[in-house]
Amino acid sequence: MASAAAVEARGVTKVFGAGQDGVRALDGVSVTIRENEFFTLLGPSGCGKTTLLRLIAGFDFPTEGEILLYGQDIAPLPPFKRPVNTVFQSYSLFPHMTVGQNIGFGLEMLGRSKAEVDARVTEMLRLVRMEELRNRRTSQISGGQQQRVALARALAPQPKVLLLDEPLSALDYKLRKDMQIELKRLQHETGITFIFVTHDQEEALTMSDRIAVMSKGHILQVGTPRDIYDHPAERFVANFIGETNFLEGQVSGVANGRASVRLNCGGAAINATLPSGFQPNGKVTVVVRPEHAQVVGSGSAATIRGTLENIVYFGTDTHYHLRLEDGGEFIVRQQNSRTNPATFAQGDSAGVFIGDNAAQVLRD
Amino acid sequence: MASAQDVAGGVERKGVHRRLTASEVAEAAERRDIRNRWYLILPALVIIILAAIGPLLIMVVYSFLAKGDYGGVTATFSTDAWVSVVLERDIFDDTLSFADAHMIIFWRAVSLAAYTTIATLIFGFPTAYFITTRPERQRDIWLFLVTIPFWTNLLIRTFAIQELIRRDGIFNNLFQWLGIIDQPIQMLDTDFAIALGMVYVYLPLMVLPIYASMEKLDFRMVEAGYDLYAGRLAVLRRIIIPLVKPGIIAGSILVFIPAIGAYVTPALLGGGKKMMVSNLISLQFGQGRNWPLGAALSITLMAVVLAALMLYVRNASRASVRTH
Repeated sequence: MASAAAVEARGVTKVFGAGQDGVRALDGVSVTIRENEFFTLLGPSGCGKTTLLRLIAGFDFPTEGEILLYGQDIAPLPPFKRPVNTVFQSYSLFPHMTVGQNIGFGLEMLGRSKAEVDARVTEMLRLVRMEELRNRRTSQISGGQQQRVALARALAPQPKVLLLDEPLSALDYKLRKDMQIELKRLQHETGITFIFVTHDQEEALTMSDRIAVMSKGHILQVGTPRDIYDHPAERFVANFIGETNFLEGQVSGVANGRASVRLNCGGAAINATLPSGFQPNGKVTVVVRPEHAQVVGSGSAATIRGTLENIVYFGTDTHYHLRLEDGGEFIVRQQNSRTNPATFAQGDSAGVFIGDNAAQVLRD
Repeated sequence: MASAQDVAGGVERKGVHRRLTASEVAEAAERRDIRNRWYLILPALVIIILAAIGPLLIMVVYSFLAKGDYGGVTATFSTDAWVSVVLERDIFDDTLSFADAHMIIFWRAVSLAAYTTIATLIFGFPTAYFITTRPERQRDIWLFLVTIPFWTNLLIRTFAIQELIRRDGIFNNLFQWLGIIDQPIQMLDTDFAIALGMVYVYLPLMVLPIYASMEKLDFRMVEAGYDLYAGRLAVLRRIIIPLVKPGIIAGSILVFIPAIGAYVTPALLGGGKKMMVSNLISLQFGQGRNWPLGAALSITLMAVVLAALMLYVRNASRASVRTH
């Protein structure tokens, strides 16, 4: 049963404070996280992602709604009785214990024998490649090493779900990239469900099996990285993840889950994908990712037309900034090749070709 | 070529020379800096020598002199005082026997100080925890309340406690009026009264250092403990207490040292029935007219305090270091 629900939130609301001053950190959030999944809660700070994590861990309790762990309501369980472990943003390693003691702490508290704890600590140290640092104090190791210890400590008791609260945010770029791969490997090797909180969209896209995009206490969209990137359902999602072009238009027909949209700029009709279960009519906004469109001449192949305001060469690709006929802005990112050098120059009038599956209609 | 080399060498030599000068300047500056630091601590040094080390030396000297007939000392070397700290000379036949009275008094002082330390720790730790976990603005109010007793003279506060626990004092009247008791209970002049007074007097000295430590405690550590299956007691024992241990040690020292020489509280609340070590010492300098013995007893007390503290600190710092 690979797709069994590991964690299920049902209408979870969390209000901090009371009365008028109360802050709704989460507002009726429902989400199902599957077993063995690398699930990411993605959103800007203050969107409620850490709150949701803390509710699952048991550090806070929901104001309304319930959280199920493998079908069982965990509301009555204090954090020390939940088979869930957390990797804290600040690591929160115990400074009065060695690396080994930190990693063994959870198992020790579960009442395992000294021999079992020792063996497991050895195993975990090997897993995070830190065998030689077992007897160091946590203050004597680097930030990246502390990160690994925090991870080993949380994984040692073999939790059913591992919660990771922006664990990579304190690391420098290079180390963060390494740890992303490391985390993915650990998740694969241990088969534990990971719930990962981040505000870094790139991190979310590269690591997750599925992503929930959050804003202002709501989950806006849940899907695979490709779903979220290619088919953003709402303006916030499209904006938060990657670069995007927005175009206004009128729906002229819906068939087979596709909408035919007549663009306000230039009047051409394009086929656009729809968010699931959404029936658009009248005025809509469609999004087109910069790399899903092509710069073409302003001839008949063009879907929309404008002037090339800026051309920026990036080595791997070139960014074309167009000022459209209706005054809007449109960016195209085109991969470079040696055999086919770009022929456009700044100030040229040019067109953009938007293919059949390149556009997505937004819900709002 | 040769001239170019010369120039290069010259520059190099000049560079070396300049570097040396720089380091010399730095050294000189550092020397000056250290000298200035000595000037800065001079006032403190003078006070420490005059007020702490000087009197101590006088005490040591006095303890090895013979006693004067009307108090004071005579300038003859004598070990009589030190002998009579541990041994008693019979007034009639001059035989020596073990001075168990002194030992009992010393033991009484040490155990009273130890009980006081433990009791203030038991009451003070939760108090400090309570204050730490209040919102920041409230904490100042609670701390202010803790320090209020310092504003009043100890003697006056002790008389106030007497007033509370007298036979016809406020507590007895209140309890009788409430019907909890029908006869007044004897509280004043008992060990209970001493314990009450000692805890009352020394509690702030325990609460404040523990609070100072606990305020720095990262409560995310506590969450991490809960997360790793440690129950409330385990979190307290394995995480909170080890992390605030510096405060516990500081508080214990601050309570233990003055408590061992407590004078006013046991005398006024215990009825003076049991002699405390401070009474014993003051007796030697007063009616006893035996200054050398008083000095010897004082030094002995200091040694006892130092030994007790060293033992305590060693044990306390060892207890937290466990190895897997």
